[in-house]
Amino acid sequence: MKTTSVMIVGVGGQGSLLASKLLGRLLVDEGYDVKVSEVHGMSQRGGSVVTYVRFGEKVYSPIVTDGEADLIISFEKLEAARYARYLKKDGRIVVNTQQIDPMPVIIGAAEYPETVLEELQAKGMNIEALDALALAEQAGSSRAVNIVLMGRAAKQFDIPYDRWIAAIEKTVAPKFVEMNKKAFDLGYHS
Amino acid sequence: MKKLMIGNQAVAAGLHDGGLGVVSSYPGTPSTEITEFLAKYDDLHSEWAPNEKVACEVAFGASLAGARSACAMKHVGLNVAADPLFTLSYTGVNGGMVICVADDPAMHSSQNEQDSRHYAIAAKVPMLEPADSQEAYTFAKEAFALSEKYDTPVLLRMCTRIAHSQSIVETAEAIPPVLKNYEKNPAKYIMMPGNAIKRHPVVEARTEALRELAEDCIFNTVEMNSDEIGIITSGCSYLYVKEVLGDNASILKIGMPNPLPVNLIKEFASKVKKLYIIEELDPVIENHVRALGIEVIGKELFSPLGEFSQQTIAAAFGMDKKECVTADAVIPNRPPMMCAGCPHRGMFYTLAKNKITVLGDIGCYTLGAVPPLNALDSTLCMGASVSGLHGFNLARPEGEKKSVAVIGDSTFMHSGMTGLVNVAYNGTNSTTIILDNSITGMTGHQQNPTTGYNIKGDPAAKVDLEALCKALGINRVRVVDPYDLAACKTAVTEELAAEEPSVIISRRPCVLLKSVKHEAPLTVDSDKCKSCKRCMGLGCPAISMKDGKARIDTTLCVGCGVCKQLCAFDAIG
Repeated sequence: MKTTSVMIVGVGGQGSLLASKLLGRLLVDEGYDVKVSEVHGMSQRGGSVVTYVRFGEKVYSPIVTDGEADLIISFEKLEAARYARYLKKDGRIVVNTQQIDPMPVIIGAAEYPETVLEELQAKGMNIEALDALALAEQAGSSRAVNIVLMGRAAKQFDIPYDRWIAAIEKTVAPKFVEMNKKAFDLGYHS
Repeated sequence: MKKLMIGNQAVAAGLHDGGLGVVSSYPGTPSTEITEFLAKYDDLHSEWAPNEKVACEVAFGASLAGARSACAMKHVGLNVAADPLFTLSYTGVNGGMVICVADDPAMHSSQNEQDSRHYAIAAKVPMLEPADSQEAYTFAKEAFALSEKYDTPVLLRMCTRIAHSQSIVETAEAIPPVLKNYEKNPAKYIMMPGNAIKRHPVVEARTEALRELAEDCIFNTVEMNSDEIGIITSGCSYLYVKEVLGDNASILKIGMPNPLPVNLIKEFASKVKKLYIIEELDPVIENHVRALGIEVIGKELFSPLGEFSQQTIAAAFGMDKKECVTADAVIPNRPPMMCAGCPHRGMFYTLAKNKITVLGDIGCYTLGAVPPLNALDSTLCMGASVSGLHGFNLARPEGEKKSVAVIGDSTFMHSGMTGLVNVAYNGTNSTTIILDNSITGMTGHQQNPTTGYNIKGDPAAKVDLEALCKALGINRVRVVDPYDLAACKTAVTEELAAEEPSVIISRRPCVLLKSVKHEAPLTVDSDKCKSCKRCMGLGCPAISMKDGKARIDTTLCVGCGVCKQLCAFDAIG
């Protein structure tokens, strides 16, 4: 069996570590060999962050390089475009349409490429965009964007809904389980 | 039990299961989680020390007393702990001792890219280097037996990709901590010349014994798959090699980079037509192999800069690049930055606005260097702000009136204090600003001697910074709230004008601390906003210009009110 490569990308502070923890736990429970590569430290302070999740029968490298990702889950629009080159030809991007301006845009030194997803789509890239922030707020917290997106991306995995819910129960702090289950469900059915 | 663990958690589990009694560390990416995970165990003592030298010496003392001990640090932390390390090599250990050091190729969160394998060679101590979490567990656990058998501290080298990658670990039975007998042994532990001179030959003999071990041990493994291509590699480079070449090359995987084997390498080299050395950073293995007179391909193909990946290996072996699509649109960078409501921002704004020369230090506040604040002039290493400012002012006495040092509370405890003693003792009218956010921030909120809590979150003795600075010889010590821009300006102006050295403690807890209550987010009245962009000068991620008017992102704003003080048109409220 070949190795599957997933990337979770976003802005430091958006909860990519919880998302990768959830996915990693689930994949181990499903019996795969799994590697997850995280980013800690300085980049977490509002910088661009990327987490790699790879699974299969035997996984060696913990990272993903150009043209290798089967799936990119992006918590923010610009970040999807930044990491698009990692996507395999027939891969898929699940992206939150939320726009978070980076500092060069905020101070007017650069422009936010508003239509970049459309441009990538026109180049044949397989992109699913959704307003995960609105769904997260509907679930009860703007911080649940990560789990909403995992819900939407879940359909790309050959793993039943209930197994995801079980993994959420094992990964998330008890007082946030219900809210995150709701967030996952909203993403899944979006 | 099989569990997904980051490498650092696996090291912690391995040290614990190896019978660890005492661990003392200073946080530093990518090593921090080793000690954070160890703090979760109740059958050992864990602590944050003020710096790596102290941590290493605590581990030495615990080893001397008979416990298995450890310390953990980032690569540059080993520079600080190098003094005890080099002589620990001579004394050896009583209880097994492991020094964990995490390198950061590609500098994800560091100021340089140094290769800590050089320390193992220079200090003449064995070093182990795992390639995944399972090995991190096994090597950490085995390191204690190695340490005790060969009477030496053992370096355990991690790198960012191993430290922060999760992979599956199957743990084994834990060895309960044992306290060995302590017997006074001056010849071994008092390193004055007469004793030390007799220890040096012991060290040399030990290295030879360890080299014998390196020829045949669990750490160095051979996979013979091909007689065409042979690769000597280690750590995460091994993973990339396997990913790309699979079973199409023979591999000698080095898990003990010091001392390196001789016969094992010669034999491996003799069985393959072409030999490659694939190692990140410096040509440590390569130099050793070349010194044996063996022809290899190494750094001419595999750069000493940054990290490798499977792509590096594929490119080196002439494989086609994988097809990929990129956007034509320019993708702006997203550099890290100070958070909305960061207490450092008000002080940096004040310094930048007044064109003060700022010698900086290591921590979140290094981000004061990025636009639009551009507030820093230098960042070298832990503590260098204070001592550097003294030197700057000695060379340029007029600098005393327009230059400051900025240093965080934890960094001041680490190695800022000695610099401040020097300022007082050798007398420059230097102004030191301690950015006291009541936590060690950048590495993810560790307690330190100024916070009043220990690693477990229990109450602990709290250093009184004001009293400390006075005791170090500084008479002018004042505290300012960095959310109050007028107060910041007054404090900086007055202390720079003073005819004696001074300290400003810019005090407000990190806005990310759970104990910090946020105020209601502020909003911009766009009728009043005159688009002057003055608020934009703060570089606050919550403030942007939309349709020509300032706008505050209410999901990010914590209501710190600094921007409100800048608005001349009362548009923010």
